Amino acid sequence: MYPAPFRYHRPGTLGSALKLLAELGEGARPLAGGQSLIPILKMRMDEPSDLVDIGRLAELMHIRQEKNRVCIGALATHARIAVSAIAGEIPIIRDCAGGIADPQVRALGTIGGSVSIADPSSDWPALLHTLEAEIVCQGPSSKRAIKINDFIKDSYTNSLADAELVTEIQIPMPPENSGGAYIGFKKAAPAYPAASAGVQLTLADGNLCRDIRLVLGAAGPVPVTSRQVEQQLIGQPLAEKNLSQAAEALVELSDPPSDSRGSSEFKRAMLRSLFMRAANRAMQRAGGEKITGSHDYV
Amino acid sequence: MSNTMPVEITVNGEARQREVEPRMLLVEFIREELRLTGTHIGCDTSFCGACTVLMDGAAVKSCTLFAVQADGAEIITVEALERDGQLHPIQQAFSDDHGLQCGYCTPGMMLSSLALLAENPTPSAKDIRKALAGNVCRCTGYQNIIKAVQTAAGQLRGA
Ligand SMILES: Cc1cc2nc3c(=O)[nH]c(=O)nc-3n(C[C@H](O)[C@H](O)[C@H](O)COP(=O)(O)OP(=O)(O)OC[C@H]3O[C@@H](n4cnc5c(N)ncnc54)[C@H](O)[C@@H]3O)c2cc1C
Ligand code: FES
Ligand code: FES
Repeated sequence: MYPAPFRYHRPGTLGSALKLLAELGEGARPLAGGQSLIPILKMRMDEPSDLVDIGRLAELMHIRQEKNRVCIGALATHARIAVSAIAGEIPIIRDCAGGIADPQVRALGTIGGSVSIADPSSDWPALLHTLEAEIVCQGPSSKRAIKINDFIKDSYTNSLADAELVTEIQIPMPPENSGGAYIGFKKAAPAYPAASAGVQLTLADGNLCRDIRLVLGAAGPVPVTSRQVEQQLIGQPLAEKNLSQAAEALVELSDPPSDSRGSSEFKRAMLRSLFMRAANRAMQRAGGEKITGSHDYV
Repeated sequence: MSNTMPVEITVNGEARQREVEPRMLLVEFIREELRLTGTHIGCDTSFCGACTVLMDGAAVKSCTLFAVQADGAEIITVEALERDGQLHPIQQAFSDDHGLQCGYCTPGMMLSSLALLAENPTPSAKDIRKALAGNVCRCTGYQNIIKAVQTAAGQLRGA
């Protein structure tokens, strides 16, 4: 399958890439790992006039810890993130990075491309909610950080302005006694999850919940979150009953479409059980247990 | 819009220069420009892994990568494995352990396996399954593929 013809550019710096995108205008698209864009072009669902290959910009490849936050360059690949020191420290990051697709896709696909495409089944947009991440967006003469929830506007719709690129993902370091887990369910490795759930929490004395973030992925046009449901758990023991009430309330807000990955009913059942598993794993990790894990396959 | 650009891609140790259209996929560069037809196209939808090659040591799907993106890179295809009529240990193991039937998936399977063995010389069966999760086989049922990779791992450690 051949994409429609396009012109190809490979600027050497971030500054020249931003300038070029501004000059080329509407028909141009950035190309990062290509693991979402190339399949789209091959199916001719998009026919851009120009591709601006940002894939080699060394300025956007970092993964580092700065004081109380983690900064991940937009071009960090899923594979590099999965084996990074940061993924060791914040296990929910490793769950996500190591569970996406298969080794070949993880070797090329990037976190920046993943949030930008805003596919309703993408793992990073869902996961990043649990860590209250901010997305740094840079244009030829502007730079701003947007909360992940505000960045993802709708299915396949982000809030980038013309000629803006995602340059970095910023994640505050979780406090002491925190733990998280993210689990997706899919039919095979090289497929998006049919459903996913993430829980990141901090425990207080007596195993009460000090703080918690919950998310359901592939559960509607955008990740399903609810500040209200989270708040009801704060100060409470994270007992089975409280958690299943939270699961029920979140699933109520979800709207998973029936498609080749399963019926809407099946997905709701999966969301419920993935949520409970993620919550239990998050509690174990917050209590200091080392548990590896990522997505589950049939 | 007809435009081409020069690329230089080192394939199996040999630098190859061509003028290509930017929309040419790496798999087409390998198969049609270089006539190295051991790299297969199974699905052309990024799913099956038959088109897997090594790019700078990492297994990648060459149907989901433009040749221009590989400009300057080192690519290894299945043709690099056999030397002077001598099968590579991974090929010998696939043959001895019946790790293939029709053989369509085999080049991709072997290259994903080599990427794994370069990183982890003593993989468990689970490690192998994870490393080959992006390679589909419609014939073998995978058991003998896992066995072959374990055999090859032993051979390569001994070598
Ligand atoms: C077989 C297969 C299975 C997959 N399974 C999963 C899965 O289970 N879970 C999952 O989450 N994903 C999955 N993916 C998608 C994969 O994670 C992609 O890597 C990711 O969605 C896009 O990243 P990329 O670097 O490849 O972006 P590209 O494909 O290069 O770009 C994607 C889009 O984002 C834009 N873009 C890229 N980078 C930037 C930037 N820095 N700033 C602004 N815009 C940008 C591009 O213009 C394009 O529109 C799968 C892909 C394949 C092929
Ligand atoms: S031909 Fe490339 S993944 Fe199937
Ligand atoms: S041997 Fe036939 S597809 Fe694997």
